Amino acid sequence: MLLHTFNHGVHPPDFKSLTNGLPIRRLPFAASLIVPLSQHAGKPSTPLVKVGEEVVRGQPIAAADGFVSVPQHAPASGRIKAIQLMPSARGPKTDCFIVDVYQAATQQELYEYTHDIDKMSAEEITQAVQDAGMVGLGGAAFPTHVKMKPPPDHHVDTLVANGCECEPYLTCDHRIMLEQPQNLLQGIRLIKKALGVEQAIIGIEDNKKDAAEILQQHLQENDNIRIQVVKTKYPQGAEKMLIKSLLGREVPPGSFPSAVGVSVFNVGTLAQIGELLPHGRGVIERVVTVSGPGVNKPGNYLVPVGTPVEFLLKHAGVTKDAHEVILGGPMMGMSVSALDVPVTKAMSGMVVLNKDDPDLKKGQTQPCIRCGYCVEACPMQLNPSMLGMMASASMYEDMQREYHLNDCFECGSCSYVCPSNIPLVQYFRIAKSVNRDMAAKNQGDAQ
Amino acid sequence: MSDFNTDLRSSPHLKQPVTVPQIMRNVVYALLPVCAYAVYAFGISVLLLLLTTTLTCMLAENLFCRLSNRPSSLNDWSIVITGLLLALTLPPGFPLWMAAVAAFIAVGLGKTLFGGLGYNVMNPALVGRAFVQAAFPAAITTWTPPFLPDRFSEVIPSTLTTPFMIPVPIGDWLKQSEVDAFTGATPLALYKFEQITTPAMDLLSGSVAGSAGETSAIIILAGGLYLAVRKMMDWRIPVGVMLGATLVSLPFWLMDSALYPDPVFVLLSGGLMLGAVFMASDMVASPVTPWGVWIYSLFIGMLTVIIRLFGGLTEGVMYAILLGNALSPLISGITQPKIFGQRGKS
Repeated sequence: MLLHTFNHGVHPPDFKSLTNGLPIRRLPFAASLIVPLSQHAGKPSTPLVKVGEEVVRGQPIAAADGFVSVPQHAPASGRIKAIQLMPSARGPKTDCFIVDVYQAATQQELYEYTHDIDKMSAEEITQAVQDAGMVGLGGAAFPTHVKMKPPPDHHVDTLVANGCECEPYLTCDHRIMLEQPQNLLQGIRLIKKALGVEQAIIGIEDNKKDAAEILQQHLQENDNIRIQVVKTKYPQGAEKMLIKSLLGREVPPGSFPSAVGVSVFNVGTLAQIGELLPHGRGVIERVVTVSGPGVNKPGNYLVPVGTPVEFLLKHAGVTKDAHEVILGGPMMGMSVSALDVPVTKAMSGMVVLNKDDPDLKKGQTQPCIRCGYCVEACPMQLNPSMLGMMASASMYEDMQREYHLNDCFECGSCSYVCPSNIPLVQYFRIAKSVNRDMAAKNQGDAQ
Repeated sequence: MSDFNTDLRSSPHLKQPVTVPQIMRNVVYALLPVCAYAVYAFGISVLLLLLTTTLTCMLAENLFCRLSNRPSSLNDWSIVITGLLLALTLPPGFPLWMAAVAAFIAVGLGKTLFGGLGYNVMNPALVGRAFVQAAFPAAITTWTPPFLPDRFSEVIPSTLTTPFMIPVPIGDWLKQSEVDAFTGATPLALYKFEQITTPAMDLLSGSVAGSAGETSAIIILAGGLYLAVRKMMDWRIPVGVMLGATLVSLPFWLMDSALYPDPVFVLLSGGLMLGAVFMASDMVASPVTPWGVWIYSLFIGMLTVIIRLFGGLTEGVMYAILLGNALSPLISGITQPKIFGQRGKS
C-alpha cells in the first residue's frame, strides 16, 4: 500500500536508534534556573514577582501580556535572585528570571488547583490552556490557545495531532506517545471540545509504528480519533506538509492551516495539555532528547524549564572531541556559542557533534551547476537554485516578488542536498531579514 | 566542559554526501565504456584523439584559471567530461591539431568566457565542435569505417596531419586497406543522399561509420541508465529528446515511408543518442523546472529531426542542443512551477 505523504522532501539518516529505546528520565535541578520572559512567539510576559521573593514550584511568576502571549511558571521552589538580560539561544539577550533553587527542598509540593475537565466549556478550556503557559512544544513556540481561536471566517473541522517528529536524532515525541498515550488522548479530547470539531487525526511517521499501535489500544469507543501512519520523510512534520499528507488539502501561501479547516498541534503539546489541565498546572518542564555522537549518555530527559544547557550537557556527558551544540534538531536547529543559555519550552532536543564529524567538514562552496536537486527537494515547490543565484546578486526584493521567498519556511532540504555546498537556507534567511528591514524602513519613511 | 570550543554554523547541520566532483566523476565513469568501444572500433587514432582533447582541455582550463587568478578547477572533473565528449563527437581520423584547437575553443569560448563551471550557457564540448565544424568543414565530414584490420597498429593518415596543414585525403589509404564497398558515408549520409537505411541492429551495436563515440547506441544507453539510477542525470532529458524526435519523424514516415526514415532509424543513427544522453543532459546548460525540462528536451529532439529532414546538413543534434542550451534560461523563466498551495488557483 502506498503511504500517505507529500511531494518532494528529503531522506536524511534518522539516527533515532540512539535514543528511541530509552525511557524518559527526570533530570535533577540545577543550582539556578534561567526563565526567559519570552519563550514564545508574541509579546513577552509581565513579571508578577519581585526580586528577592520566594516562589513555589508551579507558581505563576509572570502574566500574559495580551492575547498573543502566555504566562510563565516557577520551574522550582526557590528565590528570585534577579530579573536581568541573559543570552538566548536565538542570539539577542532577553529579560529572564534567575531562580535560585532551594536545594534542600523536595520539590514535591506543587502550586495547583483542580479543574473538573468534564464540565469545562470551550472558552474555559481555551483560557485554561493560556493560563498553563502552553506553547507549541514542537519548536514553533506559538501560543497554543491562539490556534484554538481561528479567525471567524475559517471553519475548522479537523484537529491534527502531529506525531511525525521528522527531525533526525529527536525521539522525545516518540517516547511521549509510547509512555503517555492517556495524556495525549486526553489532550486531544479537550482540544477537540474547545475547537468544536468532530474528527481528529494523529499523524505518525512509519518509523514509529509501535507508538501508533499503543495509541490504538488506548482509543475509546466514541473518541472519533484516527491514527494515520504516514511515510517517513523530511519535513513530514511541517504542518502544511502533514495536512497535505493526511487530508490532501494544501494551505494557500501566506495562510494558516485554519484556512483549509485544520488546526495542528504537536503531540508533546497535547500530552502536556492532557496532563496539566485537570490540575490547573503550568508548563514547568519538558522532555528533551539529548543525542548525537558527541554525547556519552544519550537519552530522553525530563528537564525543568530554565535549566542551563551546560547543566544538561554535564549530566549527559560530552566526549572530549565535542565541537558543536545544536539546540533542536540538526535540520532546523541552531548551534549555540554560549552554554549558559536555558532550556526553553519549545526546545525539543540537543544534538552534539564531534570535531571529526563528517557533517562538520562541509566542503568548499562551489558554483551552482543547476543540477536541480534542490528543486526536487523543496517541499514548497519553490526554485531554490534560482533564489540562490538571485541572493548572490542581492536581488532580495525580486526574490520575494517573483520567486515566493516568504513561502520558504527554512526546512533546509535544499542546503541538505546541494552538491555545491551552497548555504541556500542561510541566503534566504538573510534575504528575508533584509526585506523585513527595508519594509520597516519604508513604512517609517511614509509616516 | 565550558571551555570546549563550540562551532557556530547555520542549519541544516546534516549534509547529503554527494558533491559536484562526485557527480562529474560518475559521468566520466559512464563515458568510459563509450570511449573504450570507440577505441575498439576505430583503433589507436581514436585513442590519440581522446588523449589530445582531454589533455588540451585540462591544460587550457589550468591556463585560464591562472590567467584569471582563480584556483585551479581541474579537481572538479568537469573538464575531463568536456575533453572526452569532444573527442567522441569528432570523426575517428580527425587531425589531432584540429582536435586541440577544438578543445582550446571549447574551454576558452565555451566555458571560461562565461565564468567557468556553472556559468557556461552552452555545453562547452559542443561549442568546440561547432567551431571546428565551421572552420574545417572537410575534415569533420571525412569518415572511416569501423573495424579496419590494422586499426591497432596503424594510425589513420589524416590523424597525424602537421599542424596548420590540410589533412591528406584518405581515399587511397582506405582502398589499400582492402575495405569493400565503403563509401565513406555515415548511416545518416547514406540515407539522405542515397536513401539507404542501415539496419537497426548495426546501429545498436555500432558497426557503422560515424563520429568516434556515437556509433553504439547500446553502450551509450547503458551509461545513461547508470547515471539515471544514481540520480546524476535527469532521465527526463534523454527520454524527452527521443520522444521529440519520434513525434516529428513518425507522422512523416507514416505519410511516406519511402521518402522519410522510420523513427527507429532516426533514434539510433547519428549522434542523437550520444547527444541526448550525455550532452543535452548537461546540468549546467539545461533548465531546472519540471516543465522546462520537458519543453527543452522535446524541443531538442524535434529540432534535430527537422534539421536532418529539411536542412542542408545530414546531422542536426549539435545545433539543436546548442540552441536548446541558449534557450534554457528563457524556458526556465517561463516555466516557474506553481508553488505549494497555489494549485487549482489561476
